[in-house]
Amino acid sequence: MFDSFVALLKRDLLLAMRRRSDIFTVLFFFIIVVSIFPLGISFEQAVLQKIAPGVVWVAALLASTLALERIFANDYADGTLEQMLLTPQPLWVLVFAKTLAHWLLTGLPLVLIAPLAGLQYHLSASTIGTMMLVLLIGTPILSMVGAIGAALTLGLRGGGILISLLVLPLYVPVLVYGSGAIEAAMQGDVSLQPYYLLLSAFLLLALVFTPWATAASLRISVE
Amino acid sequence: MAMNWFKYSSPSTFYPLASKMIPVFMTLAILLTLGGLYWGFFETPEVLSDQKQYYKIIYVHVASAWMAMWLYVVMVGWAVLGLIFNTRMSYIVASATAVTGAIMTALSLWTGAFWGQTSWGTWWDWDPRMTTQLILLFLYIGYIALQSAIEDTRRSDRASAVLAIVGLAIVPVIYYSINCPNPNECASLHQESSLKRIESNILIAMMVTVAGFWMYCFAVILMRVRNIILQRESHTQWVERLEVSK
Amino acid sequence: MWLEGRNGSGKTTLLRALCGLFLPDSGSIQWQGEDTKKVADIFYRRLLYLGHQNALKLDLNPVENLQTLSRLAGHIVSEEQVDGALTRLGLAGYEETPVRKMSQGQQRRVALSRLLISDAPLWILDEPFVALDIAAVELLQSILVKHVEQGGMVILTTHQPLPLAEEKMVRLSLDRYV
Repeated sequence: MFDSFVALLKRDLLLAMRRRSDIFTVLFFFIIVVSIFPLGISFEQAVLQKIAPGVVWVAALLASTLALERIFANDYADGTLEQMLLTPQPLWVLVFAKTLAHWLLTGLPLVLIAPLAGLQYHLSASTIGTMMLVLLIGTPILSMVGAIGAALTLGLRGGGILISLLVLPLYVPVLVYGSGAIEAAMQGDVSLQPYYLLLSAFLLLALVFTPWATAASLRISVE
Repeated sequence: MAMNWFKYSSPSTFYPLASKMIPVFMTLAILLTLGGLYWGFFETPEVLSDQKQYYKIIYVHVASAWMAMWLYVVMVGWAVLGLIFNTRMSYIVASATAVTGAIMTALSLWTGAFWGQTSWGTWWDWDPRMTTQLILLFLYIGYIALQSAIEDTRRSDRASAVLAIVGLAIVPVIYYSINCPNPNECASLHQESSLKRIESNILIAMMVTVAGFWMYCFAVILMRVRNIILQRESHTQWVERLEVSK
Repeated sequence: MWLEGRNGSGKTTLLRALCGLFLPDSGSIQWQGEDTKKVADIFYRRLLYLGHQNALKLDLNPVENLQTLSRLAGHIVSEEQVDGALTRLGLAGYEETPVRKMSQGQQRRVALSRLLISDAPLWILDEPFVALDIAAVELLQSILVKHVEQGGMVILTTHQPLPLAEEKMVRLSLDRYV
């Protein structure tokens, strides 16, 4: 079982390495979204600092939903997904491998490029640190919950927009506490621990429940 | 007992049952709603604290808001039944409930905005309850959008069922997070239940109107269920006989 | 077993139901007396399914594709075995070529290589002869015959005649049920 988990993970990473452009489009989308907000709102430092937590998270949410199209679409189109349903491995293990690969390729890069956004919005170094940590805990949740939406909408027209419609409401708790944590970090004298605890709790819940829900959704879609 | 329930799980037997039940529910709906509104308008104070008489829209607002929430649970209930027993009727009822639920949510948002404007001067206030209603509307719309995006009925029924269940699981978390965005300052989970502080006349009017709304929703959902049955089963013999007999 | 029927008679659906990809409204699929859903891990270890699609990643080469598919099926194959299978299907020298650079017929043959490296006794094949030239058709026929003679089981749909002895074959026509 672990063997196939690793095999699938390696395969997805290998495939991504051979088509590197996919990763960068997600990153650039994030950067573009983050960059156009000040153009539409204000260049004042105080204003930018105030909107930064929300903007960074909304950009992360949007980038995440757009990237979700790709988790299963390729495998569905060429028949590999079918084969995954016909292996002796529990489907949720394979789903977990694919989601992990997806996060490594689209979520983790967001975490690493977030400091750029922090600089654009005049955030302090410690705030940027909190931002990265919070994104690190939060983006896997986005990938995992989003995978359910991707699985339900396999092969449908409307792709990314439809997934966003289904999945963005489900992202609200992560958004609220993720941006709340960054805001609290800027205030300085507020304890960040409850935020980290809540987000980690969400992450654990997602780890336990979403692979199974995604697997069920895949079976429904592949029929 | 189990045998009895499954008797109506086929569209051809459910259809006549629905047809008989609709007039009953509609009559009850009209009676109760009119009764509740009458009570609300004429038996309760003209002015409530600092709110003028427009506050009476609260009867429609509260009723529709409650329906919005309960119908979602009902919808998920039917979806679960459908997934467990693989009965087509369960999915049909779930779909019908979704549309009515969405309409109720929209109504609650609209009346809520109107109430806010006349009482406090703002059309929208981002308070936790209304914001959760807004998200609930998105969940309903997501369900309906997914259903219409998938052509194959089998797949669309089951996919939207899963979506509804996932939505229900997350709604409490969503409400908690909007209610309590700063965990450092949230001592208690719930605002004190405002039901206790309401004058009895207003409470009666509200309850009766809610009951009327329940009856209305039953009637409308059953009407929609009949339509969906006709659409889906249009190729079967009993539907063709229906059309001939008319 | 040779599953026959006109287009649209439900052959593919039946094959997919046997695999467990399609859940029937009633009835059950059984492997060696047990419902396949209950003994899924055993059943799937014994099953190889080739549908209309090739199940190949276009950006990987045949060796990578076949090894990954085997590992997912819980069965590790050496590179020699894969090379041997590819050679047998006339694809020697293409081991390192990305699948997207191969013709349709060649891609189909890569997909069919799985038959040679798999240890599954039950093969369910949906129109396996499509897009093959005459030589490949004969090769596939001999592979199928050999598999059956070694005690394996094949369930397939095809519009091509099968040169298999009548007593080893069960012909089921779905036209009766339409």
